[in-house]
Amino acid sequence: MIILSKNDYEKILAHAKNEAPVEACGLIAGEISGNDKIVKKVYILTNTDHAEEHFTIDPKEQLSAIKDMRANGLIPLGNWHSHPVSPSRPSDEDKRLAYDSSASYLILSLMNNESVLNSFHIEGDKAEKEELVIGQE
Amino acid sequence: MNITVAGVKKEVRDGITVAQLIIDEKVETPEYVTVTVNDEFLENTQFEETVLSEGDNIEFLYFMGGGQ
Repeated sequence: MIILSKNDYEKILAHAKNEAPVEACGLIAGEISGNDKIVKKVYILTNTDHAEEHFTIDPKEQLSAIKDMRANGLIPLGNWHSHPVSPSRPSDEDKRLAYDSSASYLILSLMNNESVLNSFHIEGDKAEKEELVIGQE
Repeated sequence: MNITVAGVKKEVRDGITVAQLIIDEKVETPEYVTVTVNDEFLENTQFEETVLSEGDNIEFLYFMGGGQ
């Protein structure tokens, strides 16, 4: 299970809506407790592609985020990105470029003015939906 | 000599290259990993020629991207 606070969910949602129709992206970090990943911090990072159908996380910002995680005792848990006009599921391109099988891949769809967030474990061309709980904090 | 890899201090042999460190560290899918040495980003073509020095700080970053 992956647990995300309501505040962090709203942070992702607000940024994704602000960036639309360009895809938004970032990282998540936190703690691992048993089989649960608990997100403690969401990083809003730059999509260097500035594209409506593609994203690349700025590697310099990624490096800064990793250092920040380490300084705050947080573990990298994965990344998130938005699909402004398509469903919340990994595209073939998402799967092809998911090189870290230990990461959770969160995808926020804004299609049809509805926001849907799902998390996936991706390994090779297989994507498996993870249980995602959005808390109250 | 002593270097820091992903925030962890390690002792490695003198003269080790980035390419050899990638092998020793068993980095998964190294063709998709970006390497920084003391916050400087290396091109993949520099891995073989880049010899590490005492006190260097190395990070391995997975490319993160996709498309809808």
